[in-house]
Amino acid sequence: MSTTNAVELHDVVKRFGDIAAVDHVSLEIGDGEFFSLLGPSGCGKTTTLRMIAGFEYPSSGSIVIHGREMATIPPHRRPVNTVFQSYALFPHLTVAQNVAFGLEMKRRPKDEIAARVREALEQVRLSGFADRRPRQLSGGQQQRVALARALINQPEVLLLDEPLGALDQKLRKELQIELKSLQRRVGITFIFVTHDQEEALTMSDRIAVMSQGKVLQIGSPTEIYERPTCRFVADFIGETNFIAGKVIENGANAATIETSDGLRLRGVTPRPVRVGAPAVLSIRPEKALLLAPGDARAGHAFALPVRVELVSYIGSDTRITVRLNDQRTFDVWEQNTLSTLDRDAYWQPGEPAVLVCPPDNALVLTE
Amino acid sequence: MALNALERERQRRERRTLAALLTPGLLWLILFFALPLVIILVYSFMTNGPRGNILWQFTLGNYIDLFTRSIYVNAYLRSIWISVLTTVICLLLGYPLALFIVRQPPRWRTALLFLVLIPFWTNFLVRIYAWQIILANNGLINGALSSLGLPPLTLLNTEGATLLGLVYGELPFMVLPIYAALDRFDFTLMEAAADLGASKRRAFWRVMLPMTMPGVAAGSVLVFIPTIGQFVVSELLGGAKVDYLGNLIQRLFLRSNPPNWPLGSAMAMAMMLVLLVLILIYFRATTEEER
Repeated sequence: MSTTNAVELHDVVKRFGDIAAVDHVSLEIGDGEFFSLLGPSGCGKTTTLRMIAGFEYPSSGSIVIHGREMATIPPHRRPVNTVFQSYALFPHLTVAQNVAFGLEMKRRPKDEIAARVREALEQVRLSGFADRRPRQLSGGQQQRVALARALINQPEVLLLDEPLGALDQKLRKELQIELKSLQRRVGITFIFVTHDQEEALTMSDRIAVMSQGKVLQIGSPTEIYERPTCRFVADFIGETNFIAGKVIENGANAATIETSDGLRLRGVTPRPVRVGAPAVLSIRPEKALLLAPGDARAGHAFALPVRVELVSYIGSDTRITVRLNDQRTFDVWEQNTLSTLDRDAYWQPGEPAVLVCPPDNALVLTE
Repeated sequence: MALNALERERQRRERRTLAALLTPGLLWLILFFALPLVIILVYSFMTNGPRGNILWQFTLGNYIDLFTRSIYVNAYLRSIWISVLTTVICLLLGYPLALFIVRQPPRWRTALLFLVLIPFWTNFLVRIYAWQIILANNGLINGALSSLGLPPLTLLNTEGATLLGLVYGELPFMVLPIYAALDRFDFTLMEAAADLGASKRRAFWRVMLPMTMPGVAAGSVLVFIPTIGQFVVSELLGGAKVDYLGNLIQRLFLRSNPPNWPLGSAMAMAMMLVLLVLILIYFRATTEEER
């Protein structure tokens, strides 16, 4: 049985003047999927979303929604709805009138509209606000009106352009969970644009990481975080340590690099690398271990003597910056699994230590 | 106690400052606006003497004449009609023009607005004389027509020429307020409307027009008011063939022999009444919009 894709982008290019804002992007987004476009500002994620909505047309390539080519379909005839970054609520209409707008445009009967508006406002817990104007609502409430206004039309795909960007941190966290559970409940495909990697990891089934108009990697949050296929993705998602060098040996799934000062380090290769290519060894701070000298066990990719330089206790973790002998620094995060006030249980600046890393935790990545 | 005294002293000083600031303006308005208005109002209830002098006898005759004699009633209706026509045409031309300008990149926007304002650099009368040259029987248009071997057209001294001159003169007053309203308008809302299934036409009627209504109302008032009292354009371009309110008032005060100031005053008062009603409607419409 073949599943149809909700949205397919085939080799889509969007040029503004000489600049390719979106550069040969191909995506297949499954039905009912929570899919995120993640990248820094100017990476082309919003332009991609606007092309799916129909506000921009591709310079070349095609966009297909549930098997229908969208090239000549204007935005008001597409089976998608958008939640805008600034919400774009109609200030001259009440909350209820805003939510009813889409159904009115479809010329649904008056009593059907009234009933569905009531239902939609209940769904976003705004029943008591039907007669307010948007500007009389808080940011979070406006965001929920925008969501209700879009979802009432039962779109095949819901497009969300950084819908949580204007909210404060705490509200954001709440709405992330709310949005995710809402998506599960309604079963509509969500395409979510964000520059916040944590947000993307929390909510998405799959993520496309974009940079300079190109899609660098598509995968589940775990894949993106644990097996980034290039240096940019490893750097953009979460924190990581990079040790630069050159590939001197490659195997089926692993490779060895040599640094300019002669260190030879081995790591997993999510994507094949060529011998001789410049590469980095990427190790997440929570995936390395700091041991007392002489305590080093076998079975690690490497064991490097280091000196503790900075220790920051942040509650759940202790973040330690160590200095490698060649004047390089490296960050290690240790989870504080023991509850103790004993000073000896924590690293102290100046202490010698050994930095070790299990072989699977080090990745060899190219640009 | 001491605080109260200080507070009272502060308030007294504030009131003095306010009075000092308001007095010049108030005096000006009383002397040059309220007082003449009262004089006109009084005149309008007086009797005209045989030599155009004012007899101080109270009468309602001027107003009765106004609303019964067809020459005056017609001038009234004609003035309202041409003002409505001018306002509607200015709106139909001005809205798209303002929209076009607002959608240009900022650099072009300034230049285009500048072009809209350039006619104000020249005196209005001079510009109307220029239209005479363009429209005259041996003017620019007819010159061009005859050089193409086409028969000449009668353009000058027609009601069409009056309308043309009025629209020409008033158009900037329509464009500017609408431009200001559109400049504040968030065009993302048009995308939101399209996203929710509205065609461009429906998005315009349902979102853009209601949200820019204050600009439309302001422009319409700015065009309508001077048009209803105008007499220069209908005289210079319309050839004074038909009477508008302004022409009648001007004639009653200055040209008829003997002059009839009381009747002219009554006409002016009646015109103000029409405008007052319209302005009240306008304020109602715009405040409604802001609530």
